Formats: sequence, C-alpha cells, structure tokens
Amino acid sequence: MNVVVGYVPTPEGESALHHALEEARGRKARLLVVNTSRGDALVDERFADEGQMNLLRDRLTASGVDHEVIHGIHGRDASEEILSVARDRRADLIVVGLRRRSPVGKLILGSTGQRVLLEADCPVLAVKS
Amino acid sequence: MDVWSSLLDGFATALTPMNMLYALVGVLLGTAVGVLPGLGPAMTVALLLPVTFALEPASAFIMFAGIYYGGMYGGSTTSILLNTPGESSSVVTAIEGHKMAKAGRAAQALATAAIGSFIAGTIGTLLLVVCAPVVVKFAVSLGNPSYLAIMVLSLLAVTAVLGNSRLRGFCALGLGLAVGLVGSDPVTGQQRLTFGMPLLVDGIDIVVVAVAIFAVGEALWVAAHLRRTAAHVIPVGQPWMGKEDWKRSWKPWLRGTAYGFPFGALPAGGAEIPTFLSYVTEKRLSKHPEEFGHGAIEGVAGPEAANNASAAGTLVPMLSLGLPTNATAAVMLAAFTQYGIQPGPLLFDREPKLVWALIASLFIGNVLLLVINLPLAPAWAKLLQIPRPYLYAGIVFFATLGAYSVNLQAFDLAILLVLGLLGFLMRRFGLPVLPLVLGVILGPRLEQQLRTSLQLSQGSISGLFSEPLAIVVYVIVALVLAWPLARRLRHGTSRSTIDTQQDAGPDVDAGDRGKVSSS
Repeated sequence: MNVVVGYVPTPEGESALHHALEEARGRKARLLVVNTSRGDALVDERFADEGQMNLLRDRLTASGVDHEVIHGIHGRDASEEILSVARDRRADLIVVGLRRRSPVGKLILGSTGQRVLLEADCPVLAVKS
Repeated sequence: MDVWSSLLDGFATALTPMNMLYALVGVLLGTAVGVLPGLGPAMTVALLLPVTFALEPASAFIMFAGIYYGGMYGGSTTSILLNTPGESSSVVTAIEGHKMAKAGRAAQALATAAIGSFIAGTIGTLLLVVCAPVVVKFAVSLGNPSYLAIMVLSLLAVTAVLGNSRLRGFCALGLGLAVGLVGSDPVTGQQRLTFGMPLLVDGIDIVVVAVAIFAVGEALWVAAHLRRTAAHVIPVGQPWMGKEDWKRSWKPWLRGTAYGFPFGALPAGGAEIPTFLSYVTEKRLSKHPEEFGHGAIEGVAGPEAANNASAAGTLVPMLSLGLPTNATAAVMLAAFTQYGIQPGPLLFDREPKLVWALIASLFIGNVLLLVINLPLAPAWAKLLQIPRPYLYAGIVFFATLGAYSVNLQAFDLAILLVLGLLGFLMRRFGLPVLPLVLGVILGPRLEQQLRTSLQLSQGSISGLFSEPLAIVVYVIVALVLAWPLARRLRHGTSRSTIDTQQDAGPDVDAGDRGKVSSS
C-alpha cells in the first residue's frame, strides 16, 4: 500500500501532510512525500530548502510511519511529478492541499491540485488549510 | 547662472503630468529589469526604441533616463536577497549584501543600498549639470582630427581596458565596425558589404542590431542554458536603518560617489572598476575590518553609491561629446540618431530643451526610485518567481515586433535572426557585446570624422595629427596599447588579480552566475 502526498512548505501543504500521515497510519501504508519544482523561475518558495527538508524528515521519523521523500527538480511541474510517482508506485491514495486561486492566476499558472484531481487513476483526498 | 536657469526650464518640461507619467513608467520598468538577472536597462531601452517613435523625444528620453537609473537600483535588491547580481555593476554589492541578509540584516542592507544610490545619484547628477557644459565649451573648440582621436581612444579604452580578454574585445569591436560599414559609402555613394542585396544599401538599422544582440541573443542563450534551480528569497520586511547604520554608511556613500563619477565620466567608464575600488577602500578604512566577509554594511553602501554615481558620470561624455561608454548610453545615443538629433558637442546648443529635460528627469527619477524602492523592495523580489520561459517568450515577441516596425520590412526580421544568432555565439565564446554595439554606433561617425579630416588635408595622412590635442590623445592610445606588453616585460608572466565581472550589462547571466555565487 502506498499513499502519495504533494508537500509544499505552506499552510495547505502542512495540512495535506497532516492528513496524509493519518491516512497512511490508518491504512498501515508507506507514505511517499513529493516536493518538487519546475525550476524555470529563479525563485520558487514552494520548493523546500535544506532546512525545511530536515524539519520534514524529523517530523516523518517522529510520526513512526514508513515513509520516503522524493525531492528534486526534474523539469516537470508538481502535478506531473505527483501523478507519475502515483502511477509508478501504484498508489492507493493521493493527498493534495488546495487553496483558493483567482481565475486569472489559474489561467496563467494552472492549478496543481486541479490537474491531480482530474488526472489521477486512484482516489484523491483534497484538503484545505 | 545660465546653467541653473536652463535646468529650471528642464524641470518645467519634465514636471508636466504626461512626462511625470513617463518618468514613473521608466523607473518602474527599470527597477523590474534591474531585479531580473539577465535583463538589463540596455535591452529594455533597445526594445522600447521602436515603441517610442510615436512619442515626443523629451518624453522618450525621460522614460529612458528612468529605466537607466532604475536598473541600477533594482540590481541591488537581487544581489542582496538572492546573491544573484542582476547587473554587472552590482556584483560587488552581492559580496557583503547577501552575507548581511543571511545574518538577518537584509532590511539594513536594502536601506543603505537605496539611500546610498539616491544620494550618489543626486550628487552625480549635480556634478553632471556642472561638468557637462564645461566639457561642451571645451569640445566645441575641437577640430575633426582631435574628435577622431578621442573617439578612437574611447573605443579602444572600452575594448581593451574593460573585459577579461583584449583579443575577444577587439574581435567584438571588429564585428561591430564591420556591421557599421554595411550600406553606401557616405562620400562616394559606393555600395559596401551589401552582397548585392538592394535592401542593405541603406545600412542595417541600429535598432535591429541592438534588439538582436541584447534581446534575441540573450533569449537564445538562456534557452540553451536554462538551469533548473529554485532558490528562496531571504524574507525581509520594510527596509530601515538604525543610528549606527547611518553612522557607518554616510562616509562610504560619499567615497563611493567620489570613485564612481569620474570613472563613469572617463571614456573607458563602466561601473565595475569603481564599485570594486570602493569595496577595497571600505575594507581598508573600516573600523570593523573583521566584519568584511560576514556582512559589513560599508561593503554595501560604498559600491552601491559608486555604481549610481558612475551611471550619472557616463552621461557626461554621452551628452557633451556624443560618446557612450556603457551599453545603455550607447542605445540611448542610437535613440538620438533615430529622432534625427545629431549627438555631439552641439547637442546642448541645438536641443537645450531636450537635454535639460533629460537631466531634470534624472533628479525626479531618483526621488521616485527612492520612494518606490525603500518600501517596496520585498515586493520587487516577487518578480523573480516569474517562470523564465514566459519572460523570454515575451522578450522575443517584443523584439520581433520592434524590429519589424522600424521599416515594416520582413527583411529586417531575417537580419534580426542572423544577428541574434551572432549575439548567442558571442555569449557562447565569451565575446563582450558592448564593443560590438559601440562599433556599430560609433563606426559610421568615426568614419565621417576621418573622411572630413583627410579631405581637409587633401588626403595627406599628416592631417590626422594637425592638432596638438590629437597628438596627446594618440600618445595615450599608444600607452594603453603598450601597457600590458610593458608590464609583462617587467614582471615576467605575473598577471593582474583584479577579477571583476566586466562584460556588458546583460551578460551577467546563467554562465557567469555560478562563478559569482560561488565567490
């Protein structure tokens, strides 16, 4: 059993992680934490830096859940990365955080959450902060 | 007191609501391109050249002046918060500025950079007001041979003194002069380098050259070298400074100004050398030398003041002699010619309204920049989150539109692509782009001076040395050329250790970034 969670260092991301931990514990599943960036902007605050990753790892270890962290830049956007991890590892559940987006922001940048919801092959749990 | 009344007239022109609006647009755009590494004021002015043909010359130049000064301010924000200098002139700022930000003093670093830039910019512009008319008075007495000699010195100095490799500099200059030769001979009407193409007889439009080299070349370069990274901007609140910071900043500001202005005003200007010198000086004079390397405020205040003062200094030869010494000034000079205004010593006489409005707008732009930069620096840093493909797609779009709109010829688009490819290859092989652009812009004017001098002396080569000043300048030229040889003979093979980033504005990008951030 695998549970995939898209993690970003924001309130939505924390909330997604929190729910994903509970789900993984309940299902006795392995938790795959994905944090990535397309890396084509100079700055991406949603890509966790070393300090944030260490905090994340500590928290995962403390939770006692079997886990794995997928962190890096592969030139794909976060939704593609989450979906491909879910497909490759035959995930039973994907957890993503959602936030309100303005229509314009969504038009220009797209919405990671929306793409995951629409394109995933498995159930998706969407949580708000 | 003639100068001051002219300046007041200039303020009258610059302070009309429309022109204030253009100044505001200019400083906003300038700050934006300054913040974004790889985009510089030179590229922006080049992209805007075709757009501004519809404007009054005064309005266009007021906007360009805003972009020019704005680029200097914006660069410091990125240097401090991200350790990625937006402009070559803020490379030195990054050394101490980023350390300060890491130590939690980003607010003070941004404040000292903005206030220092304001003070240096204002003093520098005042010095420009005082110096430029004096230089003009001297310059109008110059004959063609002296003027030719000064232009030769200026081209040579920019090529040989700046830049890491003289050979590459001269290659770029040669390319520029060759591009400048295309078209019909101004005296005999003979066709040169037209390859039988009738559309080349009028020469290659300087707008197309500037847009191709700065914008298309840069976009191709970034496309080929897009590094996938995702950094974090150091979080910062409202920039502010404590009493101690003021006390430690004001002397470096003034010393930085003293370095920056003369270096900017020299024909071999540029902001890299004075910022570096200012840094070294502050390090030596500081009461806290142990802080250098860990975020000393003097190391931000001095170089930032120096680069703004040199920006003002650069305008002295640009306005009074028609000699640009950095990329942005070169493109602005091209804009003068596009409007049919002859740059040179007579500019102050023939276009007093335009020149003084431009100078007045520099004061206004400086105030605007302080106002929009001090409270908004963190907001500007948000621009760095724009995905670069979007940014460069927009740039290429504007470049194409601009190049086409100059003459409404599809042929210009072909030239744009060819020269854009040249710009890419130059970046690939480390050729500086500034000598090329200067060669294209100054080449034809250099030729004109040469032909006139030779006509006056009826073809005798001695006509080139008929004025004492010309001889003095040629001696300096010889010294500049012989200097490295002489030094090598004296010291064996020891080499200079000054390793500043000395390429033209937009060059501090992907390729150089690693080097800068690792230092």
